[in-house]
Amino acid sequence: MLTVKNLHASIDGVEILKGIDFEVKPGEVHAIMGPNGSGKSTFAQVLAGNEAYEVDESVSEVTFLGQNLLELSPEDRARMGMFLAFQYPVEIPGITNAYFLRASLNEIRKFRGEDPLDPLEFQELLEEKMRLVQMDPVYAERFVNAGFSGGEKKRNEILQLAVLDPKLAILDETDSGLDIDALRIVAEGVNRLRSPERAFILVTHYQRLLNYIVPDYVHVLYKGRIVRSGGRDLALELESRGYDWIREEADVSA
Amino acid sequence: MSDPTRENSFPAGASRSDQSTRELEEIAAGGYRYGWTTDIETEIFPKGLNEDIIRELSRRKNEPEWMTAWRLKAYRAWQGMEEPRWAKVTYETPDFQDISYYAAPKKKPEKKSLDEVDPKLLETFEKLGIPLEEQKRLSGVAVDAVFDSVSVATTHREILGRMGIIFCPISEAIREHPDLVRKYLGSVVPQGDNFYAALNSAVFSDGSFVYIPPGVKCPMDLSTYFRINAAQTGQFERTLIIADEGAEVRYLEGCTAPMRDENQLHAAVVELVAHRNATIRYATVQNWYAGDEEGRGGIYNFVTKRGICLEENSRISWTQVETGSAITWKYPSCILKGDNSVGEFYSVALTKGCQQADTGTKMIHIGRNTSSTIISKTISAGRSDNSYRGLVRVLPKAENARNYTQCDSLLMGNRCGAHTFPYIDVRNPSARVEHEASTSKISEDQLFYCQTRGIRTEDAISLVVNGFCKEVFDHLPMEFAVEASRLLSVSLEGSVS
Repeated sequence: MLTVKNLHASIDGVEILKGIDFEVKPGEVHAIMGPNGSGKSTFAQVLAGNEAYEVDESVSEVTFLGQNLLELSPEDRARMGMFLAFQYPVEIPGITNAYFLRASLNEIRKFRGEDPLDPLEFQELLEEKMRLVQMDPVYAERFVNAGFSGGEKKRNEILQLAVLDPKLAILDETDSGLDIDALRIVAEGVNRLRSPERAFILVTHYQRLLNYIVPDYVHVLYKGRIVRSGGRDLALELESRGYDWIREEADVSA
Repeated sequence: MSDPTRENSFPAGASRSDQSTRELEEIAAGGYRYGWTTDIETEIFPKGLNEDIIRELSRRKNEPEWMTAWRLKAYRAWQGMEEPRWAKVTYETPDFQDISYYAAPKKKPEKKSLDEVDPKLLETFEKLGIPLEEQKRLSGVAVDAVFDSVSVATTHREILGRMGIIFCPISEAIREHPDLVRKYLGSVVPQGDNFYAALNSAVFSDGSFVYIPPGVKCPMDLSTYFRINAAQTGQFERTLIIADEGAEVRYLEGCTAPMRDENQLHAAVVELVAHRNATIRYATVQNWYAGDEEGRGGIYNFVTKRGICLEENSRISWTQVETGSAITWKYPSCILKGDNSVGEFYSVALTKGCQQADTGTKMIHIGRNTSSTIISKTISAGRSDNSYRGLVRVLPKAENARNYTQCDSLLMGNRCGAHTFPYIDVRNPSARVEHEASTSKISEDQLFYCQTRGIRTEDAISLVVNGFCKEVFDHLPMEFAVEASRLLSVSLEGSVS
């Protein structure tokens, strides 16, 4: 589904990603872990197409569903089935969640050659998905993330994920800033959305999220490279040992 | 202290905040859809202004002697007046002797029946999206169509007439309802109010007249569509709306003009009078030609709009969406004279290219328990300058006056300006006056967020801008709100690189 080869990316002339190799198949859940500043969020932003980052296209290769991802606009990536749950979701005052999500879903449907949903059809779908992620229906008519608490914003991202039905969902530090109850609710939402067709990339600093969403693979990013990959055990090892041993190993081999 | 209601000055000592942002690129040439002209034989007065021109104008319109005298009095006052210069706009003073003050389609429009209206005019308004044949009209809106200096058609008059409602060109009202016109014309905006109001009083050629009799709720929205067509002419329309005791009316106004390299002057006066328990809601979507990218051409829109809540429990509400004109100078205001009267001002002003807008309102609290609300949203893009200027004055006898003001500015790009000039003058200790202001910009984060949801940048901008304007659009009738929203999207097309 997603193949990343030797991905190099920089911002303001500073190289952040220094050659990432990575592969995701349908149905898989990958966790990307790593100490602060290792490039985790940059990796998520680059995959989603944030133009603030410059990808070195002379060496980098990224294929998504058979297409050269680097040539696609962020909106086309989204329409093809990529979804990024933001670490800091953005507020759009004056636009209701329902309106925004319908506009978004209809763009995606149009791309797929499907008819747009009218407000009534959409309302039905939205209510179903709100139940799925345990969100109060009043949030449908609230303005997009405006005045939401940190936990509400994160849950709203998961609601969008549920409605837009992407093929690949990237969750950027979705656990940060959540108390344990909010974390559990968000994780339950994600677990309900797991399917053999849909893949997830979980970007996280802490392993606690992985207690709730059990990954198939864990990768450790350090100084812009994946320095270690493994199964779920790797996350547990990181929890008990911290990141220092990773740093030491990586710095020695470098 | 000068009369605060007049537009000849604003108090000095404005607070001021200049803002600019960096991220978004300059606006590209947003396509103006109404820039074409109608090829129609037009009778145009020779350029220039003097008493003979005014007399001829008055004669041409078969006006009674008192009207001619009224005009001449205004003209004489105007000659001794100076242009207002306190607004934050810069332009070359128009050469008032280089403008023609009257232009009309040659075939004299007989408005007894639409069949007699020149098909070219019907076609023009059809093309503007204002079909005048009544059967084609959206039910619920009656239209007065003003083409250059004259009203060419007024629809739905018969059904309104049966309820005692008068909706006609003001030129006709002067002839057929002289008592009403004499009583109210100039009662809210006196002839000598300000330079442009005086000029308008001298040379106004047409506009709409509305009278709603006591106890009548107007069954449909009334509207006027103003179209400037002829070159090198000014449009000076005059609108007078009276809601008698317990009456209610909603009035809509739209405007467009062809694209031309020269600046054209539009100096209108609108007066509203609300008697006891009456309500007038006045909505404008102004889309005059704004000039090109370099600031060549466009309409100078110098307008005096004012309403008076004459008696208790009356209400006047102004809603405006200003997207056009090279220069906008306009402060739709409310004089809250009657006890418990209510004044409202809801405004969206968008400037791009080299446009300059200095717009806002005045709320003058005279009666007891009067309240006013001001919601102003300004959007600046390109190299434009957009100012809110508003006065809230509470006079000594206005016990328990209330005002709430909210001014929000949205900036696009780093070469535009947004400014807020609030004036608050309270002379009664029981008053409660609130002012809130904010400045924001469309952020790259907002746009990227929308993109990752499948929404392309231009649609994302439109989404953010529409959200920003929501509180104002909520006060527009449905069709107008849709039109306003579309207009903003079109205006901002190409606003990012």
